[in-house]
Amino acid sequence: MSAPMPLHGAGHAHAHAASPGLWALAWRRLRADRVAMAALAVVLLFLLSVLLSASGLVAADWEDEVAVNYAPPGFVGADPALAALAQPARPVPPNAFDPLAPDLDRLKAELARRGVAAQAVKAATLPFGADKWGHDILKKTIKGGQTSIVVGLVAALLAVALGTLFGALAGFHGGLVDDLFNWFYNVFTSIPSILMILTVAAVLQTRGVSSIVLILGLTGWTGPFRLIRAEYIKHKAREYVMAADAIGASSWRRMFVHIFPNVSHVALVQVSILVVGFIKAEVILSFLGFGVPVGVVSWGSMLNEAQSELILGKWWQLAAAAGAMALLVTAFSLLADALRDALDPKLK
Amino acid sequence: MLPFILRRLWQMLPTMAGVVVLVFLLFNWVGGDPSYLLAGKMADARAIANIRAQLGLDQPWTVQLWIFVKQILSFDFGNAWSTGEPVAHIITSRLGPSLTVLVPLTVLETVFGIALALAIAFVRGSLTDRLVMVACTVGMSISILVYIIVFQYGLAYKLGLFPVQGWGENFLENLLRYAALPILIGLAVSIAPTLRLFRSFVLDEASQDYVRTARAKGLSERRIVWVHVLRNAAIPIITYVMANLPALLIGAFLLERFFGIPGIGREVILAVERSDFPVIKAVTVYVAAATMVFNLLADLMYQAVDPRVQLK
Repeated sequence: MSAPMPLHGAGHAHAHAASPGLWALAWRRLRADRVAMAALAVVLLFLLSVLLSASGLVAADWEDEVAVNYAPPGFVGADPALAALAQPARPVPPNAFDPLAPDLDRLKAELARRGVAAQAVKAATLPFGADKWGHDILKKTIKGGQTSIVVGLVAALLAVALGTLFGALAGFHGGLVDDLFNWFYNVFTSIPSILMILTVAAVLQTRGVSSIVLILGLTGWTGPFRLIRAEYIKHKAREYVMAADAIGASSWRRMFVHIFPNVSHVALVQVSILVVGFIKAEVILSFLGFGVPVGVVSWGSMLNEAQSELILGKWWQLAAAAGAMALLVTAFSLLADALRDALDPKLK
Repeated sequence: MLPFILRRLWQMLPTMAGVVVLVFLLFNWVGGDPSYLLAGKMADARAIANIRAQLGLDQPWTVQLWIFVKQILSFDFGNAWSTGEPVAHIITSRLGPSLTVLVPLTVLETVFGIALALAIAFVRGSLTDRLVMVACTVGMSISILVYIIVFQYGLAYKLGLFPVQGWGENFLENLLRYAALPILIGLAVSIAPTLRLFRSFVLDEASQDYVRTARAKGLSERRIVWVHVLRNAAIPIITYVMANLPALLIGAFLLERFFGIPGIGREVILAVERSDFPVIKAVTVYVAAATMVFNLLADLMYQAVDPRVQLK
């Protein structure tokens, strides 16, 4: 390979300076929108916290009982009624009549031998308070967010993947295949989605993160299906698809290699819209006890605990879970709106 | 008109058949054998065989499907597994409380939604418009759970303006005393998405030629908005309201649960908690049928609103 060749290649590419593609144009429009960029930053921050907490770098120790029960937030100040709990347990004076004394002495000696120091002093306040067991609310909110966001994202990806597959098959092939999928669509949309979700939850019995993802993903494909099908009907008669047909591309190849990149922006917008809906749905399901299993924390299970705490005047867990969720959902909705505007400039 | 209705009912049959098969598959195939659930902890083989025979589970699946279809047509799903109450009675007796909350809620939501949307759409792009839209986005992002918990705690428990929960025998007492706070919360939750949607419907009309013509011939702005634009924006609004009614029947389950209202939604939640399959099956099938009937009603209403619509 001689040296001038790359130079020639570069000059060639320069002569045909490609006009910016859909994604570059969309990114340019998105960057001009200050609200969208702020929303994007908030969403990325939440995703970062999910990554950090999933990898165990942050909030891995959220189950440690670091404070007294219901320790108030630092800016409220310590609760005098609870402050007494913060002191380490006073040593009990020896009691000659205690039948358990020899056993206790043996256990204490054992603990001392293993190097376990006396129980750590529990904090009287935390930056954003503690729950019933003295867990740090901030760490719990991050951990709960991890569950809720992962469920929302994975379920939305599953729903859009199903909707895209069905929509592509129905729109591209038309005829009998289209009739079949439309019938399927009519059946699913005639049952209200929340009833569908509850019915599947009743049937599945098992509670777990993966079953919520399945429930939401398998019931949420109808919206993407309708839009993607319409796009495929529009695109299948275009010249580039006919050209692909003429050079012998198979129908799968035309569907997913040729057409899909041209309709993928619809799928992306659908993912961002569904994530918002699914995070809300997960919170409600977990609140009712049909969602995450006991021992897994999510924003829904936090709200469930917060409901009874509020009557005792302990508002911080409610505020933390509701605030974090409202912030993420607002940012995600604004981003979804901006994405739709940026990717589909015809639509106004 | 009559041929149209008959044809639409005929077209519903395959969809309804699909719903029946879907529900049948979910409960008989995915759900597994319920006889172990019913037989309790001390089950022996004879008791299980007995239950299976009673439920028809020992029959081939075609016979089981036929049993299910007969149940739907005769409105007889037997008794609820958990309480022994006839399922038909559960549904008919829970419908009243649900409607006591839902009918006022839907009427108020639609009226407020239309009024606000018409007011805002005509100051499009102004500061008011943008502030209201931001408020809607933020309002929609707060979980309905938070609205209920905070309103119930603040307005009912702390301030004592409403009963915390409960339900009586008297319709007027229920409507004015017990249903008031649930309706208020339902309104607070639903007004933001409704307003956003109705505003987009009105905006589609506001830039049409007929609006400009009406202005040019000197009509008052009030008449343009409330007569000309409203009639044209009515079609998508009717579609939305009618399509949402059956879903609301279930969607209000959180309100019914928190406020102890003995409605359909609360019954569904209880049934899911107790794995009471006959109740869930019956509610799913009938709500799906109601959704289809309401879609047909919406089509019939189009013609009443817009004489250009031809029902074919």
